[in-house]
Amino acid sequence: MKLFEYEAKQIFAKYNIPTPRGFLATTAKEAREFATLINAPVALKSQVLVAGRGKAGGILFANSPAEAEKTAAQLLGKEIKGVKVQGVWIEEKLAIRRELYFSITVDRTNRCYVVVASGEGGVEIEELAIARPERIVKVLIDPVYGFQPYQARQIAKKLGYVGSQMADLASIFLRQYRAAMDFDAELAEMNPLVETVDEKFVDADARLIIDDNALYRHTEFKSRPMEEAGLTPQETLAQKSGLAYVKLDGDVGIVGNGAGLVMATLDVIQFYGGRPANFLDVGGGASSDMMATALDIVLLDPNVKVVFINILGGITRCDEVANGILEARKRVGFTKPIVIRLVGTNEEEGRRILTEAGIHVLDSMEEAAQKAVEISKGGGVHA
Amino acid sequence: MGIFVSKKTKAIVQGITGAQGSFHTPLMIDYGTQIVAGVTPGKGRTNVHGVPVYDTVEEAVTAHGADASISFVPAPSAADAAFEALDAGLKIIVIITEHIPIRDAVQVMYRARQKGAVIVGPNTPGILTVDECKLGIMPAHVFKRGVVGLASRSGTLTYEIATGLSMHGLGQSTCIGLGGDPIVGLSFIDVLKEFERDEQTEAVALIGEIGGNFEELAAEFIATKGYSKPIVAFVAGRSAPPGKRMGHAGAIIMGKTGTAASKIEAFKKADVPVAEKPSDVAKLLAEKLSK
Repeated sequence: MKLFEYEAKQIFAKYNIPTPRGFLATTAKEAREFATLINAPVALKSQVLVAGRGKAGGILFANSPAEAEKTAAQLLGKEIKGVKVQGVWIEEKLAIRRELYFSITVDRTNRCYVVVASGEGGVEIEELAIARPERIVKVLIDPVYGFQPYQARQIAKKLGYVGSQMADLASIFLRQYRAAMDFDAELAEMNPLVETVDEKFVDADARLIIDDNALYRHTEFKSRPMEEAGLTPQETLAQKSGLAYVKLDGDVGIVGNGAGLVMATLDVIQFYGGRPANFLDVGGGASSDMMATALDIVLLDPNVKVVFINILGGITRCDEVANGILEARKRVGFTKPIVIRLVGTNEEEGRRILTEAGIHVLDSMEEAAQKAVEISKGGGVHA
Repeated sequence: MGIFVSKKTKAIVQGITGAQGSFHTPLMIDYGTQIVAGVTPGKGRTNVHGVPVYDTVEEAVTAHGADASISFVPAPSAADAAFEALDAGLKIIVIITEHIPIRDAVQVMYRARQKGAVIVGPNTPGILTVDECKLGIMPAHVFKRGVVGLASRSGTLTYEIATGLSMHGLGQSTCIGLGGDPIVGLSFIDVLKEFERDEQTEAVALIGEIGGNFEELAAEFIATKGYSKPIVAFVAGRSAPPGKRMGHAGAIIMGKTGTAASKIEAFKKADVPVAEKPSDVAKLLAEKLSK
């Protein structure tokens, strides 16, 4: 789960990581009040969970409370990469001498956490890794031994700091590591971590992504109205039903079982010249009710011209799937043509149920995909 | 023959009394797997389909001399269950459980390395050596005995491809699911090394997907060290957008890393043919094997 910048900063601040004094404004009037409180030039930062919001015009500055109010009014309600801005974080503008990068993330290859730091902050770390890999310091964290203070000092040293500045920076690194572990972070990032003109370090932008699988240990994130308001109706329904759904921009709706098979299904649609509208995995052992919900979700997308259901029964039983499809037809009616490929456990029974209900079933994934693509392009209507 | 598990493997089932554990235990036994005991803390001295249940792994291993475990223990306790199996000396531990926190998985893998044990998964359909041993949840009927070693990061896609292979008369030696999580016990390289040593295996199919770099590392391994058996690859997620998790926790493109394009290019550089569609895996393997 991605946290908003303001949430990440509030968490880091609790770990005594210096962050600029700031407030979350949801109205322009609030922004004016907060700017008055801060009593200095401010940065107004749109709280959206998309990358590259700065370049997209989501971060602006103001020199007075009146200007802050006007600027906040501009940002609130604006769409940044398709996401509506619901809140603006307003904080003291920093006098920057140098921008650094620091993060803790997961190293999948070495099966451990890794600390990544650089003296070149404020840029995309992956781009830096390609352009100037020598500018990046990486330290693998031993799962038992942890991140030791001397390692933090070494990193601060490598970024070019000595004396008390080196010590200050090292202690920020250690606190950040503590926060990352306590919150089960997949990524805890300060980018940039700023050295100000008066030689202090301040975390100017923060990202915190919490491991979804560890959320049961962090119940404080159970309700997130601001994030939920940014979801499409399909995403909201999928989240409620515990289905893995990703919205894409094509017109062939997809329902399948198993992440790998669904990904391959999207690829095959693309291979035949079609454009998938979504990823939707009903999972192993899907019940007829789950199947009906999945179809509801896909059919909610107005771009969908045809739905391709691709089920390979293993634990999932084809008769259950067939009943789910009929259930969905009763519930929402089929507003769009449906192409079904159904093989595996209890295949004959599943096929019989659907055929008797007048729904045609195919048994090759490729044949079915071609059929779906054809329909999406205005070809023959099916089912 | 085959890798990691065989007729000789004696396994326990951790979480045997739960819905998944009690459902799959008889299916594994029917396949011919030696399931010698089950473990569920608090349910000792009962039995599930005739399999004796113990409170601790230690008791089960002392009584029956097991060497492997398959675990259905729910995510919050899954790491504890894995530590228990590792410390009882089990050398093959298959973790079916999905949704284990990364921090827990990191600890489990560390302990497994110390103990010299192999972790299959987590979030895996398991491992199956055809007609010998099934430690997993896969539908047994899609597999036929033969010479192809199959390693995959997903479940149903593996069944899809195995079905295609079987239909083409290409049976399998061992099919192994590495797991769909970001932190898993085995890499493609680990599995390639095992298949190279296995006499039954004459060719290998690698079924990858977006996220991480196990495919790129495998390609580099093949290119630099050479490989004595033909390999064919498939990579799912060509149409996946960056930054979105495609069902599996591990199937995510981060920035520019983990794309299907990068994996396909790496395989091609290593002269490993990459199938365009799942059904092409069988065709490419048949071509390779007829040469």
